[in-house]
Order: sequence, then C-alpha cells, then structure tokens
Amino acid sequence: MMLKIIYRNLAYKPLNALLSLALLMLSVAIISLLIVAGDQVSNKLDKDLEGVDMVVGAKGSPLQLVLSAVYHVDAPTGNISKKEADKMVRNPLIESAIPLAYGDSYKGYRILGTTPAYLTMYSGKIKTGKIFAAPLEVVAGAEVAKRLGLKVDLVFQSTHGDDSRGQVHEEGAYKVVGVLEPTGTVLDQLLLTMVESVWQIHDEDHHDDAPEKAAMTETHKEERNGEGHANNKESEPDADDPQITAMLIKFRSPMGIMMLPRMINEQSTMQAAVPILEINRLINLMGIGISTLQGIALAIMLIAGLSVFVSLYNRLKERKFEHALMRSMGTSRWVIFLLLISEGLLLAIAGFLAGVALCRIGILMLNKVSAADFHFRFEYGWVDEEWWLFAITLLIGIFAAVIPAIKAYRLNIAKTLSDG
Amino acid sequence: MQTSKWWFNMVSTNQLTYQYAGGKSIAYPDLQANGGDSLLILGQSGCGKTTLLHMLGGLLRSASGSVTIHNTQIATLSDKKLDKFRGQHIGFIFQKSYFVQSLTVKDNILLAPFLAKKNTDTNRLNALAKSLGIENLLHKLPSLLSQGEQQRVSIARAIIHHPDLVLADEPTSSLDDVNTATVAALLQQLCHENGAALIIVTHDVRLKNLIANQFTLTP
Repeated sequence: MMLKIIYRNLAYKPLNALLSLALLMLSVAIISLLIVAGDQVSNKLDKDLEGVDMVVGAKGSPLQLVLSAVYHVDAPTGNISKKEADKMVRNPLIESAIPLAYGDSYKGYRILGTTPAYLTMYSGKIKTGKIFAAPLEVVAGAEVAKRLGLKVDLVFQSTHGDDSRGQVHEEGAYKVVGVLEPTGTVLDQLLLTMVESVWQIHDEDHHDDAPEKAAMTETHKEERNGEGHANNKESEPDADDPQITAMLIKFRSPMGIMMLPRMINEQSTMQAAVPILEINRLINLMGIGISTLQGIALAIMLIAGLSVFVSLYNRLKERKFEHALMRSMGTSRWVIFLLLISEGLLLAIAGFLAGVALCRIGILMLNKVSAADFHFRFEYGWVDEEWWLFAITLLIGIFAAVIPAIKAYRLNIAKTLSDG
Repeated sequence: MQTSKWWFNMVSTNQLTYQYAGGKSIAYPDLQANGGDSLLILGQSGCGKTTLLHMLGGLLRSASGSVTIHNTQIATLSDKKLDKFRGQHIGFIFQKSYFVQSLTVKDNILLAPFLAKKNTDTNRLNALAKSLGIENLLHKLPSLLSQGEQQRVSIARAIIHHPDLVLADEPTSSLDDVNTATVAALLQQLCHENGAALIIVTHDVRLKNLIANQFTLTP
C-alpha cells in the first residue's frame, strides 16, 4: 500500500516525474558511458602495452609511432633500415626485439610482417592450422578471422595502405595457414606474416615496367598523406639493406629506459619512443575532454536533483492536507518523512536504471563506429565503479527529498485541518 | 462482537482546558458519550469547537484536564503511541473532504485499516459502500466526486476500521439540505450499528432537529 502511494503520487503528476527522470537518466548515462568505455580503453591500452618497453621507428611523431606500431590504429611514420636497427639491438641492455613491417591490409585489417616472437609476446595460441613458416603464409587473429570468415587454405590479395579501398597488389597472394585463439589484445585484429612476405610483395611491385612504376610512386605519395605507407618507395629498397617499419623492444633492466631512448634519438637516424610515456601523454590530453564531459554530466545530475526537489516541494503545499489526513489516521511523523524520501529514492533508482540502459544503447552505437574504424569492440558488462554511481544517484535522490520531507515531518496537523 | 461496545462509556472528558498560543485559554464543560451514542456539540465560529474536537482526537494536547477514550487517558501517551492510538480507535470526518488525491476512492477508504495496521476486509468495504450508495464510485479518483459523494466516502473511511469514536467536524456545512439529512442519517446509523460513539461539532443548525443528544458551547 505504501509503495502504491509512492508510485501513484509520482504518476499523479507524470510530467514532473518525467522531467526529473529524464535528467537523471541523461546524467547517469553519460557518466556510466565514461566509466565503462574509459575502463575498457585503459584496460586495452595496458594489455597491448605488455612487454613493449620501447618502440623504434622512423623519425616523426613519437605518439604516432606508438599508435601505429603497438596499437595499429595510426599510419606508420616511415621506414628504418633493418641493418641499423639490428646493430642497435645488439646493446646488452636489450632483452628482445621484434621487427615489424606493415603498410598493407586486407579488407581494412592490417597485415603485419613480424616474427613468431610477436605472437609469444601476446600469448597468442594457434587454434587451427599452423604458424607462418614461409613467405606469404598468414596467421589470422581471432577477430579478423571471425569478421572476414577466414579459414586455413584461403587465398587473398592484399591492398596497399590501411584503407579497404586502396590499390590491390595484383601479384603475390597471401595464403592463410592458421587462425589464432582470441587473446583480447591487438593480436585479434591483425593478419600476421613473416617480414619477408612484405618485402616480397613490394619487391614484385618494383620489378614492374618502368612507366607504371613512376605512376605508382605518385599514388603512393598521395596516400602517404592520409593512410601512410610502410615501404618508402622514394628510397629504393635494395637487397642488401632491407627496410622495416618499426621494432618493439623489451629491456633487460630498467636501466635501458634511462639510456637507450636518448641514445637512439641523438645518435641515429631512427626514433625511439617509450609507449607508456606517450600513452600517458595521450590520456592526459583526452583527460581534458573527459573531465569536461564528467563536469557536464555532474551538472545535469545536480539539476536533476533540483528538479526532484522542486517537484516534491511544489506539491507539498497541496499535499499537506493529505499528509495531515494520514497523520490523523494513525501515521507517525516518521512514516510521512520516509514517504517523501522514498519518492526521491524511487525516482533516483528509476533514473539510474534507465541511465544504465541508455548507456548500453550508447555502447551499441559506439561499437558500430569503433568496430569499423578501430576494430575495437566495447563490452556491455557491469563495471564496479557503477556501484559508486548508483550510490551517488541515490544520495542525490535523498538530498532532493530531505527538505520537503522535513517540512512534512514538522507539519502541524491540527492547524492544517482546521484551516481548511 | 461490536454490540459489546454498546452503552460502554466510550469517551469522557474531565475539566478540559486549552491554552492558545496568544495566552487565551478556554475551559470546556465535561462531556461523555457511550458506544452507539450520538452527541451534537453546537456553537458559533470561534468558540473553540474544532479545538475541542482536535483534543478529543489527540491532534492537540490539552493544557489541563483529561480525555479518556475506551479506558485510556490519551494525555499519558507519547506522540508516537498517540498517533497509533488515534489510527486504531478514532475515525475523523472533516468539513472539507481530504483525500490522498492520487489514490482511488477504494484505496482511500482502505487506507484507514491499513494505516491502523488492521486487516482490510473487502466484504466490509463492499457492504459499507452499498449502504452509503457509493459502490459505483470506488474506482474513481476522489477529485471527480461531488461534495455529497465525497462526504459519504469520508464516512466509509471513518468507520471501516471499527473505531470506538467517530469525530466529525462540520460534516454538513458544505452540503445542501437533502445531502445534509442523508449524511447525518447515515452517520448516525452506521456509528450506531458499529457501536462507535459519534461526536459532531457544528454551527449548522439544520442538524439540531436531526440529532437528539446535544449541547451548546458558549464562548
């Protein structure tokens, strides 16, 4: 019966309740989205970073180098000489180095030339087939295989650049020899092959007829502006000095991080970037946007609280008779007090649930965009921080109701009833 | 059995006085009513009728003297116990019909036993609704009812939870002659049937001829 009174009271002025509910829902949805997405992005950023202490690549933006070589979301900065890289790797402070050569893709998924050590770093396991052992053999990440329906023995031709609409490399077809188990890392989004495959594909390109070659060089130049390209066509790759795009380095001791990046940046034509520093810088940059959004959401939530307060307070005047009536029928002050608090709480709970639901719809829409552009999918699951959000929402509901509730608690029944 | 309440000394006052905030105080004559009895208290506006009724119902505390309802001196009860006692033993009817606006007529009536923590008896509700002629109004919202209808609903609400005492404050002053007669008759009849003492305070002289047992308060 009490629940009925609470519920019917809110439904009696549905527009008031609706306004409060909509504001609560919106603020909860924004905050919840920030929590859920932020949590997963930072999780993913951390996971992909495991085992990579330093990235070495061509000179350019260090952030771009990290984004392209570790997360495979940006275009490469250029190429480096494998010889020079190998020389640098002989430093005793370095435990392991994994070469990367990339720049081509298949239907929007990047083809990454590397060594089996790359798979080991991300604990990738073969689900079907085997690991690449010869040029042009490809192992497909779990997500790529699922999205593109890749199976062992399937043959495909790569496209130049990261864009699925790029120029197709007519000659030299890749063959899928294995599919990986899902790892929850960037590995799932990649097509892995030997570094030699990438060289071979682009070598073939270069043994084309001379006039065509000139034309292609033009095309590549254009594409570099947007999508970028690994194999730097302007400097002819010669057989003695093959090029790679980047190298992922793991240090033997923390001393490495103190000395090597500086050394490489000052003494070589290459660039060294420390992913953790670059990502922190990126997060700090994003942080401004995120905290602005958080501020807006918090403001909306306060306005929602205000709206709950105003609608309860405004109705108090007309409802004081029914409160006096209920008091005359044996209801204690406390029950009337709790009645009003419960109305605030009910709005808060309903607003929270609706907000969390809206947040999931937001993730659904976000996934549509991010899956296409970044090959990243957000999970829909509950994040622990959302309990905090729930508690805060409840508090807002209670605070909004507390002044009307106190007024109702103090109501002078005899006066109210005799004033008529 | 409700009949056991009959002729039981349900309510009595002893040297009751009330002190207003301004300092003015009123002394009331002693009164007494048995279960099943009706008592009409007449008086002009401002003579303290409503104050007397609120003291009888435990909505106001007296300055001195005592109110005894069903062997309980209500001045001895704590605020919380008094609220509970009021809900269980007293039914109110006010000049204006107050309702929980968002609840239907039926739920408004059932609110009385619910708030008094007594069982809700649907058969009793239906029987009361029938004798008051409001059975087809039960699912409406109170604001849609006429004043006569609203007052009849108030009667049902005041009596449904078997109170010992029904207190009516100007129950007929906003009603026309026909409705006044109907409401007064139904009120007396139902209180009598239920063995509840009925006390009506009013300045409505139309009730003078309808209720035998009466006295007039003088300021």
